[in-house]
Amino acid sequence: MNNLKATREGYVEGILQAGRENSRVVVIEGDVSRSIGSASFGEEFPDRFFNLGVSEQDMLGEAAGLALEGFIPFVGTYGVFIAGRAWDQIRTSVCYMNLDVRIAGAHGGVSVGPDGATHQALEDVALMRVLPNMKILVPADSNQTRAAVLASLEADGPVYIRFGRNPVPQLYTGDEKVKIGRGNLLREGNDVTLVACGAMVSLSIEAASILKVKGISAGVIDMVSVKPLDRELLVGQVEKTGAVIVAEDHQAAGGLFCAVAETLALEMPVPIDIVAMQDSFGASGSPAEVREIFGLTASAIVEKAEKILHQ
Amino acid sequence: MLDNAQMQDLALLVRLDVIEMIRAAGSGHPGGSFSSVEILVELYWNVMNIRPEEPRWEGRDRFILSKGHACPALYSVLARRGYFDPTELMTLRKLGSRLQGHPNMHDLPGLDASTGSLGQGLSIACGIAHGIRLDDRKSRVFCLLGDGELQEGSIWEAAMTASHYNLKHLTAIVDRNRVQLDGPVSEVMEIEPLVDKWLAFGWDVIVAEGHSIPSLEKAFEHCGEAPFPSVIIADTVKGKGVSFMENTCLWHGRCPDEDEYAAAVREIREGLS
Repeated sequence: MNNLKATREGYVEGILQAGRENSRVVVIEGDVSRSIGSASFGEEFPDRFFNLGVSEQDMLGEAAGLALEGFIPFVGTYGVFIAGRAWDQIRTSVCYMNLDVRIAGAHGGVSVGPDGATHQALEDVALMRVLPNMKILVPADSNQTRAAVLASLEADGPVYIRFGRNPVPQLYTGDEKVKIGRGNLLREGNDVTLVACGAMVSLSIEAASILKVKGISAGVIDMVSVKPLDRELLVGQVEKTGAVIVAEDHQAAGGLFCAVAETLALEMPVPIDIVAMQDSFGASGSPAEVREIFGLTASAIVEKAEKILHQ
Repeated sequence: MLDNAQMQDLALLVRLDVIEMIRAAGSGHPGGSFSSVEILVELYWNVMNIRPEEPRWEGRDRFILSKGHACPALYSVLARRGYFDPTELMTLRKLGSRLQGHPNMHDLPGLDASTGSLGQGLSIACGIAHGIRLDDRKSRVFCLLGDGELQEGSIWEAAMTASHYNLKHLTAIVDRNRVQLDGPVSEVMEIEPLVDKWLAFGWDVIVAEGHSIPSLEKAFEHCGEAPFPSVIIADTVKGKGVSFMENTCLWHGRCPDEDEYAAAVREIREGLS
């Protein structure tokens, strides 16, 4: 698990494989194809690659039109812009018509580091989660990102796939499939359940190892499918542990924490705490420095887990 | 094909439908519906290759009503063209109706997209045009825009895309009625010079009289001749056909009371041959 790879690399592998297996797959880009890597799709399939320049709103409308003609467009650019600038297009032209559009939000969370607050997508999951018909996948490593891209092909209607820029540990071998609506139980635990997605999954595993040394048995759920949430897995684990820490590289409002809290509030109210951005913008710095400053770390997860168990 | 007099009568019947529908609904947008009538009638009877009995026929020409609030006119045209029973028109905007306040393609046969949020239709039309070209099909794509709608920046993103990719089988029609919800377009936010703007964006530009069937016919015949997308700037009158509704923003989105309704119906009927 120690080899590092950026999740965006999995996105490129995924769309290339999808493009080879399915001639209806097309890619729409917004002048960042060399940044997120989808330019290689354009080199292999020039007819099925549309770079529309810096125009997120048009990109999503084009995607809707192509989907109406039976194509499966992957629309990719930085998550902060695609989910924000083009939100109304995603709402009306994509979700309302329930079209098979796949939206790739690159540079999710603080992973983009030095570019700073304007480029750190910290609200995208919340913006997508409120939309009817939308499904959301937040993969934790490059292999899972590739699997998420392939899983999205099976879905009916729109899917948002969020991935990051900086290298993260490989947790998956590449054989595991992603299923929309299903999370993965990565560690069994009896005392507390850590629920995470994206870059916070490997940090949650690290936190579980630290907690184990301290005599605390922490389970880890990789909730790759933020919407629909894997309710069964979540409730099953929480029934056992009775306490939950949610960790996400996103605002506390509207993302995975809210999805988990909404479910548990109705089905199994238990003590719950969160490691996430607390209603603030990010800042420039290396991804590790930014995580440290905003408390998006394994030690923050450990701290919250110990605190919740001592309540 | 219908002759000019028949087409003019058809346009009046559509206007009657629109006023009846909006009255039955208690709300709706008469002004921008009336300005679009001849454009829609010309498209659906004389221009587009369609099969009303087979609404999803792959070889059909596509139509996107980007100015979705003009849907009463479109619904009337679709019903009269045979897509569904005209008696359903009076369910406009009512609970459970397939005739939603703005078009929902999943409800009603004959709609090629759901629209209503301004500024999105031209991008959808470009995507459809790309898809048709990728499949090497021959369909054409038409997109009706409001002139106030051209204040949306996303329209100009799509305008760039269409000319950059030489989508010559795409035709946009601008319903230039010069009035928007809050007042004259020139006072709210000037969009002129439109001909120069579209030319600068790389489009073939044709100006037509938007309430003249022969003028529209000539304009549509010209479309597709250039190796780039075409736009017909159709000069129209907001509220056309009912004198007290013409050229005013007051009837952008208002339902007539009983006296106004009677006066409107009387005036439209007088025009029937």
